[in-house]
Amino acid sequence: MNELKRTPLYQSHLDAGARMVDFGGWSLPVAYGSQIEEHKVVRRAVGMFDVSHMTIIDVGGDRVRPYLRWLLANDVAKLGASANGVCKALYTCMLDEVGGILDDLIVYRLGQASFRLIVNAATREKDLAWLNGHAADYSVEVVERTELAMVAVQGPRAGATVGPLLANGAAVASLAPFTARRDNDWFVARTGYTGEDGIEIMLPGARASTLWADLQARSAVACGLGARDTLRLEAGLNLYGLDMDESVTPLECGLAWTVAFTEDRPFVGREALEARRRTGVAVKQIGLILEGRGVLRSGFVVKTGAGDGTVTSGTFSPTLGRSIALARVPSEADGPCDVLIRGQARRAQTVKLPFVRNGEIKVDLETADD
Amino acid sequence: MTEIPNDRRYTKDHEWVREQDDGILAIGITDHAQAALGDLVFVELPVVEDAIGSGAVCAVVESVKAASDVYSPLAGTITEANTALADAPELVNSDPYGEGWLFRLRPDSPTEIEELLDNEDYARLLTELDD
Repeated sequence: MNELKRTPLYQSHLDAGARMVDFGGWSLPVAYGSQIEEHKVVRRAVGMFDVSHMTIIDVGGDRVRPYLRWLLANDVAKLGASANGVCKALYTCMLDEVGGILDDLIVYRLGQASFRLIVNAATREKDLAWLNGHAADYSVEVVERTELAMVAVQGPRAGATVGPLLANGAAVASLAPFTARRDNDWFVARTGYTGEDGIEIMLPGARASTLWADLQARSAVACGLGARDTLRLEAGLNLYGLDMDESVTPLECGLAWTVAFTEDRPFVGREALEARRRTGVAVKQIGLILEGRGVLRSGFVVKTGAGDGTVTSGTFSPTLGRSIALARVPSEADGPCDVLIRGQARRAQTVKLPFVRNGEIKVDLETADD
Repeated sequence: MTEIPNDRRYTKDHEWVREQDDGILAIGITDHAQAALGDLVFVELPVVEDAIGSGAVCAVVESVKAASDVYSPLAGTITEANTALADAPELVNSDPYGEGWLFRLRPDSPTEIEELLDNEDYARLLTELDD
């Protein structure tokens, strides 16, 4: 068996009695106790996640902007110059030539000639190879920041919890969503993957366990990958490897809004996406709520009036008390559908995403009961 | 550490079987099983008075993570299902050997329980799984 990689918080997780799992080659906590309780605490108060397995890559050079405008489907030109030390962030896909999604990522504009990319752990090698493969054309330097840990503090009380632990808590408190700033040698962003307000902190790995303990002392509850998954699904956020991969384009998995078809900006995959738009996109992403008991799982067949689809990821929603899922179905599909669970057709309601946002249920459960 | 009480028998499928004074068997899943499944959200139970064969699927426990079949460790007739689990499946997590029992069964052959694992056998099985 391969030796699993450990984050700087590995020992903190063991000390807390976490149940550790292999997640893309990393040993990470799936839960410390009840994952449903962890989920709920993020919706109503504040939880913290060790996301140090995420890959942090800094790219720099005089021509880094044209480099990223070519490689990313969203347009980093939207990221204006930083003002008062505040950097802007953008969610984007990185595509291959046929429009397939190599990865989804967040890009921060650190300065005139440098950007930071946060990419997935499981796609690390592929992404680095891709980024490096295009770097020479633009004389861009690609540097992986393996020495940094990353802690996501999420929930309505995230700002108040983190503030006093920072050198400049007041400045961070006023950060708008999807912006970030340096805090001495930390990098602090108002981002997350839960559908709640949240702060993500990138800091030297050696400082991570102290921050973790300080956050705990300020009532942040340690949460594992289990809660992270149910939270992101309720928030209607895609997970790379399940809801999207190289076999789909952003047009087929609910991410068309992240593609900037700005005039005169060629980017990798653009021609393929435009061709697909001309001929019509055959499938779309929808949200499902299962009526009654049971849990929707990845791979379940979805029967619609327009043909079959697939559940790309499903779970039990602690907020709704029902099973929810993201599914890929024929574009013409409309209204309720049936999902095959252990050979049995079960009714599911089709809904617009997200299911939950900022602690509030965003779908009509009454309708789902009909 | 996982708990393995010595007042009952176990199966390789991580179920426990406790013989009551009246000869009826109470059946549930072990502490190890509930921990591996994580938070339970639904429990499907057998119908009372159904006759069940040994090794037949007679319940399903479903967690946030996965659905898992529960097999009848012995042939017999279902006498009772733990209906409290419909509203509180988390009892299986919080008290797998007590309030979280799944169903009760009158065995066709009362001596068959002797063939199941005792607590030491089961502890050994878990150690082997760990390796």
